[in-house]
Amino acid sequence: MEKNEKELAQLIQEISGLNPKKCMKCGKCSGACPAFHEMEYHPHQFVDMVDRGDVNRLLESKSIWMCLTCFACVERCPRDVKPANFIEAARLALIRQQGCNHLKDEAVPPLLDEEMPQQAIVSAYRKFKK
Amino acid sequence: MQRIGVFVCWCGSNIAATVDVQQVADELAKEPGVVYSTNYQYMCSQSGQQMIQEAIKEHHLTGIVICSCSPRMHEATFRKTAAAAGLNSYMVEIANIREQCSWIHKNKEEATEKAIILGRAAIAKVHLNAPLTAGESPVVKRALVIGGGIAGIQTALDIADAGFEVDIVEKKPTIGGKMAQIDKTFPTLDCAACILTPKMVDVAQNEKIHIYSYSEVESVKGFVGNFTATIKKKARYVKEDVCTGCGLCTEKCPMKKVPNEFNQMLDNRTAIYIPFAQAVPKVATIDPNACMMLKNGKCGVCSKVCTAGAIDYTQKDEYIEQQYGAIVVATGFNTIKLDNFDEFAYSQSPDVVTSLEFERLMNAAGPTGGTLLRPSDHTHPHTLVFVQCVGSRDISGCGKPYCSKICCMYTAKHAMLCREKYPDTEVYVFYIDVRTPGKNFDEFYRRAVEEYGVHYIKGMVGKVAPKDGKLMVQASDLLANDQLLIEADMVVLATAIEPDESARSIATMLTASMDTNDFFTEAHPKLRPVESPTAGIFLSGVCQGPKDIPETVSQASAAAAKVIGLLVKDKLTCNPCVAESNELMCNGCSACEKVCPYGAITYSDKEFRTPYRTTIMRRVASVNPAVCQGCGACTVACPSGAMDLKGFSTRQIMAEVDAICK
Ligand SMILES: Cc1cc2nc3c(=O)[nH]c(=O)nc-3n(C[C@H](O)[C@H](O)[C@H](O)COP(=O)(O)OP(=O)(O)OC[C@H]3O[C@@H](n4cnc5c(N)ncnc54)[C@H](O)[C@@H]3O)c2cc1C
Ligand code: SF4
Ligand code: SF4
Ligand code: SF4
Ligand code: SF4
Repeated sequence: MEKNEKELAQLIQEISGLNPKKCMKCGKCSGACPAFHEMEYHPHQFVDMVDRGDVNRLLESKSIWMCLTCFACVERCPRDVKPANFIEAARLALIRQQGCNHLKDEAVPPLLDEEMPQQAIVSAYRKFKK
Repeated sequence: MQRIGVFVCWCGSNIAATVDVQQVADELAKEPGVVYSTNYQYMCSQSGQQMIQEAIKEHHLTGIVICSCSPRMHEATFRKTAAAAGLNSYMVEIANIREQCSWIHKNKEEATEKAIILGRAAIAKVHLNAPLTAGESPVVKRALVIGGGIAGIQTALDIADAGFEVDIVEKKPTIGGKMAQIDKTFPTLDCAACILTPKMVDVAQNEKIHIYSYSEVESVKGFVGNFTATIKKKARYVKEDVCTGCGLCTEKCPMKKVPNEFNQMLDNRTAIYIPFAQAVPKVATIDPNACMMLKNGKCGVCSKVCTAGAIDYTQKDEYIEQQYGAIVVATGFNTIKLDNFDEFAYSQSPDVVTSLEFERLMNAAGPTGGTLLRPSDHTHPHTLVFVQCVGSRDISGCGKPYCSKICCMYTAKHAMLCREKYPDTEVYVFYIDVRTPGKNFDEFYRRAVEEYGVHYIKGMVGKVAPKDGKLMVQASDLLANDQLLIEADMVVLATAIEPDESARSIATMLTASMDTNDFFTEAHPKLRPVESPTAGIFLSGVCQGPKDIPETVSQASAAAAKVIGLLVKDKLTCNPCVAESNELMCNGCSACEKVCPYGAITYSDKEFRTPYRTTIMRRVASVNPAVCQGCGACTVACPSGAMDLKGFSTRQIMAEVDAICK
């Protein structure tokens, strides 16, 4: 079932388990982010958009796929907000919306190669189960 | 049988909106011993108090119960009311039906029932109350000030001005604190030394003030009006009364590579040193960790060059015991360590400095003689980046959760001074918020922007990377929604401040309370801001919370006024609700002595009669009523039930519990 925007924002918060209200809009995350210039919306904006329930623009944007999950923002944030976790949650929310899967599970094995770390495979399959 | 009066207060709608006060008064009137019961809008008002007094006289009351707010609020008021009507103050009991009832409940029926129960408990207690008379204790007319920064200096000067003796205990070789280190002061930009050093000289010359420099308070015993402190005068290996402060020894000492703490380790000093030219007392001190003579008996140069003969390598720590009526804590602050903030490259590059280091770099008496030079290569910096809130407002565990309050203003000061002295510099300030409340403060910050052309950028530095002698500063510009990369020559971190590391041990010594950040807590955040909740202990300066010099000085004078108010009294009224031991039941086990936080309990051997005309000697406890604060810890610890607290006896408390459970 299609969720409305507010519900989606709620879902993103739930998946992340975090509180965007703790953000004091200092911008240290965006000052730290190595992928800043690749993004349309920046780490401090992700947090704000989730907080305000303005997430459709975010989910449609390429920005969320540009995050390297390097956790520079998480590490430096003085308020313990963890912007990258919101980004990850946004990705998950989007995947779930698309019939719960980004890929069909049959499509996965051919994509695997020798060098793929075990952990990545496990974590990918865990997402299918959700 | 007591004749008890019950007075139920509405507290406007604070109580009356949730508790049926009429019903409470009616129900409590039925309790045994209650001969009068009423309710009124504001019991604490003039007319409310009058009503109580009239009832005491008219109904010959021997005890009263006031159902009202917390006893912390008005117990003293109602005790006075009773005393004025001829009833002993300690025949008054308060049932707290506001904080413990109306404010925390919604259902009126239940709240009313609870208020009745609380009233019953108080009535049960009054039945067992006995009149108590407060004793008196003398006041020692001398004050101790711990810490000789601007806060301690101002407090001491004001107390001395009122004619009382004051001792300042300062752990460093000189008084002056952080203010002696800073260059110019906001918002007027007058030189800190020019306004501080005359005060330091006043302290030195004041006959009523004694400075124990290079000293620490070892222990404090006693109570308000009568503290006994042991002061440890650390060996400085120089006779304080002989040294003339000529400084010859400091020129000749061969140990020249000792990091200079006064200059924030930006340069070196000798093993024998005087922190700065205007130090008070101006006396040399030998650093025992650096002196070759003290470490391995080789050298002795200073003793040879000192014409006054002041050097004494055999000096020992000295302990001085002194009595005080009041103690003022003025232990100040330090900037935090930056170990948790690798992103700013503080440990990687000498050109990344803290704000206090920057003060020294700008100071004419500092390591560079006041010329701003990069610590790495002593060249003139062209681009400077200031970062605000470094380690402040941080709940991630790396820094401090509070705003350090002074850094917005001193950063504006630094930026402005930089642009004024060196118009060829580009100065950037990264801020989260600019917080400049205070007289002429916002105007000051706006001047930095409008007249001095400082670039204020709303955003935060995420990373500083040293590269080819420069500092690559990556930061966000939130208003432009951009990420900037600035090639800077120096980065200045507005480092958070924290209480001095000795604060917690001082607090324990004084049984004064502190908050989770180790700032001393005031007795009331609004109405008693310079007193600690512990009687006789006062707070001055940053040890109580971040503040700038104007605020520090105001608070210092306020603390002095409170101390003077105490010292002018010849005697203090003691709290009569103190512990008392029943010698017949005491078995001398020492359990009570171990738990007493005030050291009020002592033991003595006493002769007791036994059957057949014999006697035995037994060890029994006795309580010094002037020292006991009535905390009751001993009454709980006593295994034989010999300790009891006057006014809060075990019987009284059990009667209250019974009344509640009935
Ligand atoms: C970089 C910087 C710039 C500043 N610029 C300005 C400015 O321009 N204008 C302004 O108004 N304010 C300024 N301030 C704030 C100012 O420094 C403080 O308000 C002021 O110094 C507070 O004085 P204090 O006496 O409370 O503390 P401190 O100055 O810290 O003094 C405390 C003293 O107590 C001593 N002490 C500590 N513990 C013990 C102990 N256990 N026993 C004995 N002695 C002890 C210490 O050695 C010290 O001498 C600045 C602060 C910083 C960090
Ligand atoms: S670093 Fe943290 S507090 Fe600052 S803007 Fe980013 S998420 Fe918000
Ligand atoms: S985790 Fe993503 S958003 Fe955070 S700093 Fe790294 S790339 Fe940027
Ligand atoms: S004896 Fe110690 S303090 Fe004196 S000159 Fe030698 S090293 Fe310096
Ligand atoms: S005073 Fe300014 S710079 Fe300092 S912590 Fe507070 S907001 Fe940050």
